[in-house]
Order: sequence, then C-alpha cells, then structure tokens
Amino acid sequence: MTDALAKQVAEPQHVLSDSTADHSEGMSYLHSLPRRLITLYLPLSLILIVLLFPFYWMALTAVKPDEQLLDMDKFSPFWTWNPTFKHVYKLLFQTDYPIWLWNTMLVAVCATALSIIASVLAAYAIVRLRYKGARWVGGAIFLAYLVPPSILFIPLSTVVFQYGLFDTPFALILTYPTILIPFSTWLLMGYFKTIPFELEECALIDGASRWQILWRIVLPLAVPGLISAFIFCFTLCWNEFIYALTFISSTQYKTVPVAIVTALVDGDVYRWGSLMAGALIGSLPLVVLYAFFVEHYVSAMTGAVKE
Amino acid sequence: MTDAAIRAKVVAPEPSLMERLMTNRDWLGFWFMMPAAAFLILFLAYPLGLGVWLSFTDARLGRAGVFVGLDNYDFLSDDPTFWLTVFNTILYTTVASTIKFAIGLYLALLLNERLPFKAIIRAVVLIPFIVPTVLSAIAFWWLFDPQFSIISWSLMKLGLITQNINFLGDPWNARWSVIFANIWRGVPFVAITLLAGLQTVSPSLYEAATIDGATPWQNFRYITYPLLTPIIAVVMTFSVLFTFTDFQLIWVMTRGGPVNATHLMATFSYQRAIMSGYLGEGSAIATAMIPFLLLAILVSWFGLQRRKWQQGEDND
Repeated sequence: MTDALAKQVAEPQHVLSDSTADHSEGMSYLHSLPRRLITLYLPLSLILIVLLFPFYWMALTAVKPDEQLLDMDKFSPFWTWNPTFKHVYKLLFQTDYPIWLWNTMLVAVCATALSIIASVLAAYAIVRLRYKGARWVGGAIFLAYLVPPSILFIPLSTVVFQYGLFDTPFALILTYPTILIPFSTWLLMGYFKTIPFELEECALIDGASRWQILWRIVLPLAVPGLISAFIFCFTLCWNEFIYALTFISSTQYKTVPVAIVTALVDGDVYRWGSLMAGALIGSLPLVVLYAFFVEHYVSAMTGAVKE
Repeated sequence: MTDAAIRAKVVAPEPSLMERLMTNRDWLGFWFMMPAAAFLILFLAYPLGLGVWLSFTDARLGRAGVFVGLDNYDFLSDDPTFWLTVFNTILYTTVASTIKFAIGLYLALLLNERLPFKAIIRAVVLIPFIVPTVLSAIAFWWLFDPQFSIISWSLMKLGLITQNINFLGDPWNARWSVIFANIWRGVPFVAITLLAGLQTVSPSLYEAATIDGATPWQNFRYITYPLLTPIIAVVMTFSVLFTFTDFQLIWVMTRGGPVNATHLMATFSYQRAIMSGYLGEGSAIATAMIPFLLLAILVSWFGLQRRKWQQGEDND
C-alpha cells in the first residue's frame, strides 16, 4: 500500500489522467510492471499466438512453393523467401472456385435480405403492436433460436425434395432464414425497445399509419441494430455447412465451404497449397467486413446473449 | 381528454371497415408476423415434427416409410456404435465446454485489464470465431497431418518426441485433436461475451473491497463471479448447445473416424441417414439429441430468470 502511495506521489499525472480518462480500469495502477508482465502480457500473448497461428500457417502454406511444403529439413518451415502465387492462380483459373464464391455470396445476400425483412416486421409487431399473445410469440422465437440445424437437416431434406427445391440455390436461400430469423428478430426486438414510444405516439396523432411509422421513424433510428443483424446473418450464412452439404449435389451450385471439402480435396500430395489458398480467400470477405464493423459485430453477439 | 374525444367522434365520420382493421393491433400484428411465421412454420416447426415422425418409420432415401413404432430406437439401443457416439458426444461436450469456459473467462479477465491497443487486441481475438468453421477446420487438418504436421516437427526439433504424432489416426489422439480445434474456435465467443458482462461491473465495488483488504482472489470470488453468474449461464448454454450438436469440425477433420472414435451424434445421423440412406434411423439418432437440448434450454431459462431477479425486474 505504501508502495502504491509512493508511486502515486511519483507519478501524479499518470494517476490523474488514469482516473479521468477511463473509470473501468479500477485499481490496476497498483500493479507494478514486472508483475503485469507475468500475470497479464505473458498469458495474453500465449493465447493470442495459439489463436492466430493457424491463420499464419494457412497464409504461409498458400504461398509456399511445392518443394518447400513437404521438405522441412532443407527449408525452414516457418518462413519462405520465394513466395509463389501458383496455388492461388491454380485455384482461381483452373477450378470452379470463382463460381463457388459467387454462389456463396448470392445465397448469403438473398437469405440475409429475406431474413432481415421478415425480422423487422416481426420484431416491430412483437415489441410495439403488442397484439394478443405477442409475449408468447417472442418466447417461441427464442426457442426457435435454440433448435440446431443438425437435428433438422434430415427431415428438411425430404421437405426440400417435396417442394422441388433440391439441388437449386433456392434450397439454401429459403432454409437459411430459419437459422437467421430467430436470431435477428431477437436482436432487433432489443433495439426497437430502446426507441422512445413518445415518437410513435406523436406520429400516430399526426395521422401516420403503422407502416409509415415503421418506415420513417423506427427504421432510421434502428440503423445500428440493422447493421449488426445484417453482418451477423451474413456471417452465419457464409459459415453454414450442413444444409449446403445435404441439399446441394451439383458442383456448380455448391458454396465455398462445401466445395472446398468435397470438390477440391483430391488425392494429390501437393493439394495443400491450393486448399489453404481456398480457405484463406474464402475467409477474406468475412474478415474484411468484420474489420469495418467490429463494434456492430460485437454488439450483435453480446446483444443476442444478453437479451 | 374525454371532451376532446367526444367532439372528435361527433365531427369525424364513422370509420370504414378497412380503416378500423388498419388500426386493429391484432389484425396488423397478424400481417406483420406473416413472413417470419411462414418461414419458421414451413422450414422449422414442420420439419421438426416430421423428424420425430420419421424416427418412427422405416423411411429410406427416395421412399416414404411406414410406421414401425419404436423399432429404430430398439435397433439403436442394441447398436454399440450408437452408444459409442453418445459417449463421444458427451466427452466432447463436457471437456470442450469446461476448458472453453475456463480459458474464455481467463481471457476475458485479461482483456478487462488496462492494456495498450486494447481495441485491436479484442478485435483480433474474435477472428477465429469469424472465419468459417470449415475453413479453419481445414487448416487444423493440415496442422494435424500425420506426416507433415508442423506440431510434430517442432516437438521433434525440441527433442520432446522421436517420431511423428499420428494426430487423427489414433482414436484417443483424434478425440483430443478435435476437442482442441473446437476449443480454439469457441474460446473467442465465450471470452468476448463474458468481457461484455465484466464491463458492466462497477469498478467502485473492487475499490471498496480492496480498501477493506480483499485479495484479488476474493475480489473475483465474491464480486466478479456472483455478478457474472447469469451471463455465464446463458453463454455456457449456447456453448454447450453448439458443441453438442457440432457437425462441421468433425466432418472435415475426421469424418467420424478412426473406427468411429470421433463420431458425434450429428455426424453419425448424417452418415446413417444421407450416406447410407436410412432416413428413419438417422432421424431416431437426431431425435435422441432433443432431451439433452431441452436440458440445456431449461438451464438457460433459469439463468435468465435469475438475472432479472437480480436486476429487480418483474418476472415477465
């Protein structure tokens, strides 16, 4: 305690700026630097290395020449001095990879758009119209969120077959919303609740219809929520595997995750380069999107859990 | 107010049926719910019921089945492979969720400290969760390659082992390998959501406790943990739910092998239903997962209740 006091006296400015700038830091200024090295920086960097190493390895493999990939004694495996774009070239121009990317994009955008429209209407009705039984419907939607795709894919495959959607992009565009709607409705309900009710009352008195209120007042105020929902839905679509694996059989309609596993994996020993390139390029759109909207993404994730 | 209403009624003409419907909450609510309800009923509720029904039939791929009662369940209860997958699933879920929780909470506590470049570090931590599971599973497949694994190579260079580790070829090695991959992917989710919970804990509580002489452990045990319990309950429910029904990781890395050592109930039902074509049996396996899921949902429900109670809200 005396130590800490001495430190405070020695660095009054530091302490001052600390207490004014950020209150969430609590009492961490009591800890000395060596102690922070051991208890904070060391474990944190260890965890970060483990979390990021697979990506480094993915990127490195994608640009390594073939002979360096498998010969670890002659070349240091952790670095390469002569990167090659052979694998990327092979992937983009000698396989259907661009088509798969396009399929994934198309399915993700359509399914997300459908889900957001349906969710906005549903969330608004549950939170603001408060029709009879709205509370129960809200609960049911939360339950629907908890139904995992892995217990639905078998009956869904027969349903998709009955509706004549099997092996078309529509099989995915129409089934993905079942994963997305519960989530985004739940998220948007949280956002709509924060919009003051008085705004709507004013509009009602001025003679606006419910539709106009939703379109002109609620939606513009809920833009952050809409972005969060959009990004999270888009990521989920891009990530989806089991439905795409079950409902699509022709190579030309496959999405990236499924195509990489089923069509790109051949017996070749040297396949790793293009496999890793495929995985890397397939993740890139999401990572770029994520980089621009980190805050929205985090609020979507935590919002859905906290609600 | 009443005066105004009466005058308005006198002046305004009787509203038409259409106008009355347009202001009726129930009628409007019905139409607003329509799109979402259509999707969820056609592609979620109906298949869910159909799945349970299929598990009581002998349906095959391309052939509607007839009702056979509990035959599928009977058959499965005598099938050692089924019990092996149940064991695998429970092992996978328990071990992976526990470690995910421990590391996730630890990482959240670390990230809650004062750090330079905190925003960037937090953003980077979440990347494993953003990247599609299948694509990172492929990276792990390569990392766990029997011949060219960089892990084996590094350990050999360090002199810790003498020959390559057969990561995905040996039953127990394969189990630990897929569990590791699952933990790797799940930790960011747990850490970031718990971090959001930690940030709502008022620092003045810690200050007061520290002035009263509380140790860091007591700070954690008597302040952080009780305040975090509700969000832990919810996060862990989701984590358990998604781990229990995991499919992608296993399918990409091992396809359930070697000798079914890593088959989970989800991958096993895919193998029986889609690859071998026994839809009825596959549905029975999938239906057998429902009781476990209900258990998880109940825990989540009570977690939510407790959170509301702590915040002094009504139970609604």
